[in-house]
Amino acid sequence: MTQVSAPSDPTPRERRARLRVRSGRFPWLLMVPALLGLVFLVLPFAGLLARAPWPTLVTRLLMPDVRGALWLSLTTATAATAVSVCLGVPLAWLLARTEFPGRRLLRALVTVPLVIPPVVGGVALLLALGRRGIVGRYLDEWFGLTLPFTSAAVVVAQVFVAMPFLVISVEGALRGADRRFEEAAATLGASRAVVFRRVTLPMVGPGVIAGAVLAWARALGEFGATITFAGNFPGRTQTMPLAVYLAMQESPESAIVLSLVLLGVSLVILVALRDRWVGAA
Amino acid sequence: MASRPTRQGDFLDAVRRLLRRGAAAAAAVGVLAAGAACAPVEGGEGSGDTGGGAAQRTLTVFAAASLTEAFEELGGRFEEEHPDARVEFNFAGSSDLANQINEGAPADVFASADTHTMDLVVEEGRTAKEPVVFVRNTLRIAVPADNPAGVDGLADLADPAVKVVLCAEEVPCGAASAEALDAAGLEVAPVSRERDVKAALTKAELGEVDAALVYRTDIRAADGVKGIAFPEADEAANDYPVAVLEGAARPGLAEAWVEFVRSGDGDEVLDDAGFSTL
Repeated sequence: MTQVSAPSDPTPRERRARLRVRSGRFPWLLMVPALLGLVFLVLPFAGLLARAPWPTLVTRLLMPDVRGALWLSLTTATAATAVSVCLGVPLAWLLARTEFPGRRLLRALVTVPLVIPPVVGGVALLLALGRRGIVGRYLDEWFGLTLPFTSAAVVVAQVFVAMPFLVISVEGALRGADRRFEEAAATLGASRAVVFRRVTLPMVGPGVIAGAVLAWARALGEFGATITFAGNFPGRTQTMPLAVYLAMQESPESAIVLSLVLLGVSLVILVALRDRWVGAA
Repeated sequence: MASRPTRQGDFLDAVRRLLRRGAAAAAAVGVLAAGAACAPVEGGEGSGDTGGGAAQRTLTVFAAASLTEAFEELGGRFEEEHPDARVEFNFAGSSDLANQINEGAPADVFASADTHTMDLVVEEGRTAKEPVVFVRNTLRIAVPADNPAGVDGLADLADPAVKVVLCAEEVPCGAASAEALDAAGLEVAPVSRERDVKAALTKAELGEVDAALVYRTDIRAADGVKGIAFPEADEAANDYPVAVLEGAARPGLAEAWVEFVRSGDGDEVLDDAGFSTL
């Protein structure tokens, strides 16, 4: 398979050059695990498609509850991504560009939400921001503000699980960026703010967008922390994953339909975004 | 500016228990995944246990989450009576378990929290014999230990100022709650419809809500909450059926388990847990 026999006998040197030129030649040995990995990731969706109740698909989709859940999912995931960018980019910058004692520990802490089971994350959020939580108690007493069981709580839960993806992604981009450009800008008289806006941000832009897309996808699929912290109330806190879970309790067919909707919508958005932004990186 | 008294000790205990519960759930999922990975492909006569050494026979029981404490106790006693047997449990919401069984999960016995969920398994032809009802569970109002909203009956839950969670109507405790509220002619607007009864209880334990409708057995198992009985609970009692499953790897042992649950031993433990034995 790997032998390429050319009609005119090229010198070994020529042959090596030709191999180099043929862009991105894929080593055959890696093909087998690559395909296995692909099949493993795609097969479950084939199962979903095989079991989907196609004839009743459209009627099920038009249920008001489904529309409400999908709309809530899209709006909360987008809001959570916006919050993650506003808070996560500065945090990533702090982790990548400053030296202070305990920085490693801080970076480990930032990734904790990736590791703990989301349900436990939801309980932790209740203990912090709930009606009797260490901070929530005062929100309630001073402002009469209770977060749990509101749409805002959905966004909070999503930010908690999704922001680490963005921070890690942006921090990696910042570490990989060449600092000499920023130094050059500074020597040419640009202020810190201008350097950050005109040089640093454009350089790490692809990393920010890739991180935002990841965070958005993670927020869209968030289930455990949401149902624990925000509860399940149609139209207010019932996002698509919650609707899917509860549909599963009654009829797997409905759950499959809802999952396909979520899958379709997220694929369309992710593919569009990737080609426009991330593909260039 | 009246600050509510919080009983710090109770609260922390509740937190510890919740985290344990979360860990247990995670462990259960892991065990289940591992079990699914090593399960025989067809849920027929299982290949038996290998590596168990001294003829260990493993019985797999799928049971409603509300049976957790009672069944674990009974499992221990059962193993004492059958020294060669090991009982493994998968506790989860009844509907989840029914779905898993219908998708071919390797289980010998299924005990569900209502007859409707058991029917889903019967309809798929997954039960070996007619299911039998072995206990009954009734609803109670769970309130945080200090009862901040002064709830003392079902009618208080209809007050908009009282924060209530109910179970989602898709799960047994939610269906029972709807029946009880109907019987009382009450309209209750919950702030959330929780995925299972333990989740509803958690919200009351943490003081996030003023009241939750849960089972009498859940109140018995928790200590950060108070239970309040109400007359309409009898209108919406849940019958718990148990059945040996078709293609059980250990049909004999499964039969023995069902009999054991309905024996004097079973009655004693289940009664202690707050179930009404039949």
